Amino acid sequence: MSARNDIKSVSRRDFLRYTSVAGGALVLGTLLPSITPAWASSTVDDAANTLNLFVSIDNDGTVNIVCHRSEMGQGVRTGIPQIVADELCADWSKVNVVQGLGDEAYGSQNTDGSRSIRRFYTTMREMGATARTMLENAAAQTWGVPVSDVFAENGAVVHKSSGKSLSFGELAQVASQQNVPEVKDLTFKSPKDFKFIGKPVTSVDLPKVLTGDTVFGQDVQLDDMLYASIERCPVVGGTVKAFDKEASRGVANVVDVIEMPEQSFPVLFKNLNGVAVLASNTWSALQGRKALNVTWDLGDNQSHDSDAYLAELEKRIVTKGKSIRSVGDAYKAFDTADTKLDATYTVPYLVHAPMEPPAATAVFKDGHCEVWACTQTPQSTQQNVAGALGIDKSKVKVNVTLLGGGFGRKSKPDFSVEAAVLAQKTGKPVKVVWSREDDIRHGYYHAISAQHFQAGLDEAGKVTSWVQRTAFPSISWTFTGTTDEPQTGELSLGFGDLPFAIENLSCETHKAPAHVRIGWIRSVSNIQHGFAIGSFVDELAAKSSVSPHQMWLNLIGDDRIVDPKTQGFKYENYGESYDNFPIETKRLKNVLNELMAKSGANSPTADNEGWGISVHRSFVSYVAVATKVQVANDKVSVLEMHSVIDAGRVINPDRVKSQQEGAMIFGLSIALMGEVTIKEGAVEQSNYHDYTVLRMHQSPKIVTHIIQSDAAPGGVGEPGVPPVAASVTNAIYQASGKRIRALPVNKVYSV
Amino acid sequence: MIRFNLNTKPVEIDADPNMPLLWALRDVLGMTGTKFGCGMAQCGACTVHLDGQPIRSCVMPLSAIADKDISTIEGLSATGEHPVQQAWLEHNVPQCGYCQSGQIMSAVALLEEHPNPDDETIDSYMQGNICRCGTYPRIKAAIKTAAKNKQTAFDYTLAKEVGGQA
Repeated sequence: MSARNDIKSVSRRDFLRYTSVAGGALVLGTLLPSITPAWASSTVDDAANTLNLFVSIDNDGTVNIVCHRSEMGQGVRTGIPQIVADELCADWSKVNVVQGLGDEAYGSQNTDGSRSIRRFYTTMREMGATARTMLENAAAQTWGVPVSDVFAENGAVVHKSSGKSLSFGELAQVASQQNVPEVKDLTFKSPKDFKFIGKPVTSVDLPKVLTGDTVFGQDVQLDDMLYASIERCPVVGGTVKAFDKEASRGVANVVDVIEMPEQSFPVLFKNLNGVAVLASNTWSALQGRKALNVTWDLGDNQSHDSDAYLAELEKRIVTKGKSIRSVGDAYKAFDTADTKLDATYTVPYLVHAPMEPPAATAVFKDGHCEVWACTQTPQSTQQNVAGALGIDKSKVKVNVTLLGGGFGRKSKPDFSVEAAVLAQKTGKPVKVVWSREDDIRHGYYHAISAQHFQAGLDEAGKVTSWVQRTAFPSISWTFTGTTDEPQTGELSLGFGDLPFAIENLSCETHKAPAHVRIGWIRSVSNIQHGFAIGSFVDELAAKSSVSPHQMWLNLIGDDRIVDPKTQGFKYENYGESYDNFPIETKRLKNVLNELMAKSGANSPTADNEGWGISVHRSFVSYVAVATKVQVANDKVSVLEMHSVIDAGRVINPDRVKSQQEGAMIFGLSIALMGEVTIKEGAVEQSNYHDYTVLRMHQSPKIVTHIIQSDAAPGGVGEPGVPPVAASVTNAIYQASGKRIRALPVNKVYSV
Repeated sequence: MIRFNLNTKPVEIDADPNMPLLWALRDVLGMTGTKFGCGMAQCGACTVHLDGQPIRSCVMPLSAIADKDISTIEGLSATGEHPVQQAWLEHNVPQCGYCQSGQIMSAVALLEEHPNPDDETIDSYMQGNICRCGTYPRIKAAIKTAAKNKQTAFDYTLAKEVGGQA
């Protein structure tokens, strides 16, 4: 267990402060009785006994466990409590999950980077074990017996010799008076005794989803609330010149028209420049917006054209770039190689398009601001709202609703900043409702990119030279306004961490300035890097007439730990220590071998069908994917997909499976149809008719295999995505002989 | 004033007759179980039933539903006992859950029309409902389970059953 020793006793007042089960729930509940927020479905009553920051127990035995991370479909509101409840020896039917407010007391709440479980597995076990120890001590004290004579089980503490027991509810008050044990004195369950960890526990929010009784960011309603819809400048950096305030005010039920504070670069999480229309309902706000007739000064980015930009990147990427990792002399080895191959791969801009467009509600009163938002990042929301309002962040309270999908979009708190600014200006509760058009046109986009690969092989078919280059506008530009090339953090996502055994290697980057807000989307730069590497390996296999499976094994090489730092790359390893989570080629090969054994990807197919494979390590987990497609009449049909994931120990195998299913489908949307294009600085797409995502009739049979493992838990939400696109285009090559190097596939084939 | 029946109960709304039903449900009546996803009948998140037929409430003006019967997710079964809800539970279908009200309302209508749908029928009927989390395989499996179980449970004339069953 970790050396963490900062578990402290918190007062009931603190527990309430951090969870807002009294404050937030009451505010909502008294206004619209039909809406009970899912995140406070059962309030902690006055008899609650706080054991630590994450656990309090009511006298009736209800065990309140805080989930401090955001639920967006990954099952974290079930998974985190599973870990706590297991070490606590709780009765699951008595567990009540309480959503934590934004508060640094919890540590990081930034729910992205596939890290909720891997970062908090140990802490959550400590929280459970602490509370259990205090309950056991309370029972021992009550009975006047040594604590070694008692044990907790299924929501009660039992006296070994007599068999008598006291429920957690009966013990809670005495337990809350106990000294908090030191972490070093805690005992932990042996994994073989786990009751909830590793079990497919049903999602705690499922019943409410089935009856529509959920509260997402879009669903928050407060008394006297205004609904705001904002017309934002179509080009990033553009400003408002003029607008017809009176015409908009004249629309029925429009209450106010407010120009948003003008912002300059860097874009950060500030509001975009534009004009807000506030009305008594969303529809009227949208109607008022149509009457605004805003004229803009579009600024410098109006010259941005994504087609021309990509053509420029493709020209640059075939030239030698800036080296970020190298060994041997890849150029010399290339010159002397027996067989040579080179290829350029491109991925367009992408946008998240979660089913719930961003929405946030804010109230500003007496110098304090309270926000309700579908946010992946409540502490950043606190900080950015405070900054925008000019108040201390301690005066900003952030309630986290359910998220109708996140995928990284909702870790940018710009929409909460908008709501807070308008609440401050109007003095009324304001909900900012993003339309789908707003979401598609004003996102934080996945970077457009070009990758170039070249390799040389000797007579025996061994790869002796490998050059890879990447260029894409950096996420860092969003924060600096000046960064114009890929950064180490992004290059650590499936590029600088190339796990191949190659004697002559050069990994390089090229410049790529940014012209739109750049952000992170599920698996981030692993998307383009996984696609390019997975494709190039397949091309090498075809060129040298070995199976793709064999080519992967040849390139990965012997069982070993790969350390990119030894070749000059400052690998960031998803923020994890390299000792705990090294790149293990054995695990990488294992998921691939399991895939080949289980998927049938080695089996013969009809002439117009084919299998494609790829494998990738990201977020310290390993995933291999096999996809079977049919290409007929210029149309690609995806028939079947298999994935194998090694994420170490898994907490909830059913949610891991559902994440893998979702990752396959998210990856298919990217591979087959995902594309945002920009003309004159403005996004051309606007809704699901022109930014298409996968629909049911395009969704194949999906089979998921989870490697049983005792290794430390790795990421799950994102690692399934990176191998998908290459598996699809590799399968298309097998089925049709056509190699697709520029995504999406629907530029070439209908889907 | 526009009058209609909402989950078998008469309601009247004083609102712009051009306002889509979705916003009347959500903002005027506070019924937020029906979700906003696109505003142009592209995603199905706002699916409700009009006289038993699935419609996209985001493009259905109030003027068109006067005196009609409207059923929403809240009217299906507040205790989650409807066979479609039960099948969703059995397959642990939802991820984020946002699109699921619409998915369930479409699935209920599908099974009303096709009691034993094959894959192709399910694909074709459900392709108007997007799920960005990717729960399609489970939705399909759950629809088949619901079809299998339906004889022993409710009949599917939704508008008649709400209230009584809730």
